[in-house]
Amino acid sequence: MKTFKLGGIHPEENKISDQQPIEVVPIPQTVYIPVSQHLGAPAKPIVEKGEVVKTGQLIAKGDGFISANVHSSVSGKVLKVEEVVDFTGYRRMSVVIESDGDDWMESIDRSLEIKKECTLESKAIIDKINEMGIVGMGGATFPSYVKLSVPQGKKAEYLLINGVECEPYLTSDHSLMLAKGREIMVGITILMKGLHVKQAMIGIENNKQDAIQLMTTLATEFQGITVYALKVKYPQGAEKQLIKALVGREVPSGKLPIEVGCVVHNVGTAFAVYEAVQKNKPLFERVVTITGKSVKKPSNLLARVGTSISALIEVAGGLPDDTGKIISGGPMMGRALSNADAPITKGTSGILIMTEKESKRNPTMNCIRCGRCITVCPMGLEPFLLAKLAENQTWDEAEAEHILDCMECGSCQYTCPSARPLLDNVRVGKSMVSQIIRTRKN
Amino acid sequence: MNLLTVSGSPHIHGDQTVKKIMWGVVFAMLPAMVVSIWYFGIAALTTTIIAVATCLVAEYFMKKYLLNETPSVSDGSAIITGMLLSFNVPSSLPWWQTVLGSIFAIGVAKIAFGGLGKNLFNPALVGRIFLLVSFPVNMTHWPLPMSNRWVLVDALSGPTPLGMLKEGMANGQTLSAIKVHLPAYQDMFMGQIGGSLGEVSAIAILIGGLYMLYRKIITWHIPVAYLGTVAAFTCILYLIDPTHFIDPIFHLLAGGLMLGAFFMATDMVTSPMTYKGMLVFGVGCGILTVLIRNWGAYPEGVSFAILIMNAFVPLINNAFKPKRFGEVAHG
Repeated sequence: MKTFKLGGIHPEENKISDQQPIEVVPIPQTVYIPVSQHLGAPAKPIVEKGEVVKTGQLIAKGDGFISANVHSSVSGKVLKVEEVVDFTGYRRMSVVIESDGDDWMESIDRSLEIKKECTLESKAIIDKINEMGIVGMGGATFPSYVKLSVPQGKKAEYLLINGVECEPYLTSDHSLMLAKGREIMVGITILMKGLHVKQAMIGIENNKQDAIQLMTTLATEFQGITVYALKVKYPQGAEKQLIKALVGREVPSGKLPIEVGCVVHNVGTAFAVYEAVQKNKPLFERVVTITGKSVKKPSNLLARVGTSISALIEVAGGLPDDTGKIISGGPMMGRALSNADAPITKGTSGILIMTEKESKRNPTMNCIRCGRCITVCPMGLEPFLLAKLAENQTWDEAEAEHILDCMECGSCQYTCPSARPLLDNVRVGKSMVSQIIRTRKN
Repeated sequence: MNLLTVSGSPHIHGDQTVKKIMWGVVFAMLPAMVVSIWYFGIAALTTTIIAVATCLVAEYFMKKYLLNETPSVSDGSAIITGMLLSFNVPSSLPWWQTVLGSIFAIGVAKIAFGGLGKNLFNPALVGRIFLLVSFPVNMTHWPLPMSNRWVLVDALSGPTPLGMLKEGMANGQTLSAIKVHLPAYQDMFMGQIGGSLGEVSAIAILIGGLYMLYRKIITWHIPVAYLGTVAAFTCILYLIDPTHFIDPIFHLLAGGLMLGAFFMATDMVTSPMTYKGMLVFGVGCGILTVLIRNWGAYPEGVSFAILIMNAFVPLINNAFKPKRFGEVAHG
């Protein structure tokens, strides 16, 4: 079975919601839609207070090359356009809409019939994906059309589809594959057409047998799509590790996957692409896993962007009394929330609730130089050293030790027997080193 | 609602802790300890207890008054130092010498460097060398196994196999003449030979070593590189001149090699951090051990070999970095 070679860990999988079918959440009374739900420049709001909008209507326009359009997820009246605290804890410009129902734009095809044929040409596909505000749905939220616009002189050979879902607990991609497998396949063929590639590979970790079987059967209906079962190992869902596992190529340090002829998209993105291109539907809803050992009803919910996280937790049985931490994303790379009323965005793959006991870190001890952090680092770095250099504020040395190669997967800190805050320190080091590099360029 | 904890990812932690690792090592040393009590009697047990107790007390007070840390010895590292030190001395060592050695090991080799994780040299080995140079007579007085199990002070003693070899060669005896007096290999394997109390039984140490490998407390790199190098080096010497050099099996079973390779060279604080570095470290220990055994002043070279290689660990860590993902040549 394929997997990546260097480093990696196998945390407890805890996929407690993996047999829950996708449940549609009622439309909330008010949605808070941030104009910055993607990597890159925030979109510019184009609606004003008092304006009436329909579901799927463009409310903020992408600003610049790396940016993404934002659409309304409900129909109703714009209450205000102002800053709202989002899941990062920062205030972000948002469009607040009071919903009066669910009146969709006429241009959207709401039928459930699967449309396999795509008549659009590559350029038109990419434009459509841009227009519909599609971003990477695995969590990084990089605008998808940018990844499809292959730079001059480079050529895409393989399209890799990420169905790995290596984060413990999360099951949104898994449930989406089970429910919308055929749509995902069509989405993949559209992406292949957009990229002019003949071959697509879907990587799914071996703990999702039902999805592997279903996708393998479905793949026979389509040309050039192969499904691979991958050995369960974190962080296999990271772009570079997935490429290594499926194609055996290593993306050079500091370079993008296209350097080795690969483009990687998430299964959720493939589904969004299907809906955008075949059904003319912008990205304004997504599957969110609500989970945790103390959660009454772990669920996979189809929710509108802008719905508050606390509303989704209510659907999953309410917030347990002993909650100590609420995490947007998975336990390895997710972000702890200070505010459960923050809205979900295009990149919210899951909400993980941890008990007070689970939220506590072990007391930190001296580094015993066991080298386990080095063994598990999938990038072949020396986390103990990077953390120390960051603590000592020796930024030049940290740069020379390739601190920027770190993708913050957290395997080192997970493994450290002394429970040292390795990644906390490396993060500080990374931001300082990036800042120094930026000023050097200016 | 409660206050929410906000901290950076990752939000979960694996089940390895320093405590679990250290207690795992302690557990792995139990077979060798049981064997030492079997062969050397209650003197072995009391020596171990005195060493462990002294290490714990020394660590507690030095942490409190020298490092100004909250005194805690629950990480188990002082127990390991105490046990290993006692494994490295003859069971007949006077109790006050054991106490001195333990204090030296903890105080000079560990606390003086800053405590757990910061020492350059293996504390137990430093303690042993301190005792060896301070009390050479007591440290080379080896009680015979099974001879005086129920008394604390013994009369019967004899040389270790390595000691017989060294002395015999120095006196101009031929190897074949010495060999007649050497113990059988199965006795050396089981541990019925003279020596430090924890080093005699290869089988007991192997059981502990395998347990540590199974629990992933150590990796195979250092023991295999160390033992492999000793075997290969002594094999070459043996093939060149079998009348002067004894066979590799004798070298593998004799002295503190097994104990050193599994329990002391693998000490994570004082050994390299990458697999490549560990292999280099093990090979270095192996070469030095054979050199000292054959041409050095002492019959046994394991302690010196490991301590010398300990000094090279920072250099090895610098020279043998892990291979990075997507490494670009000259980039």
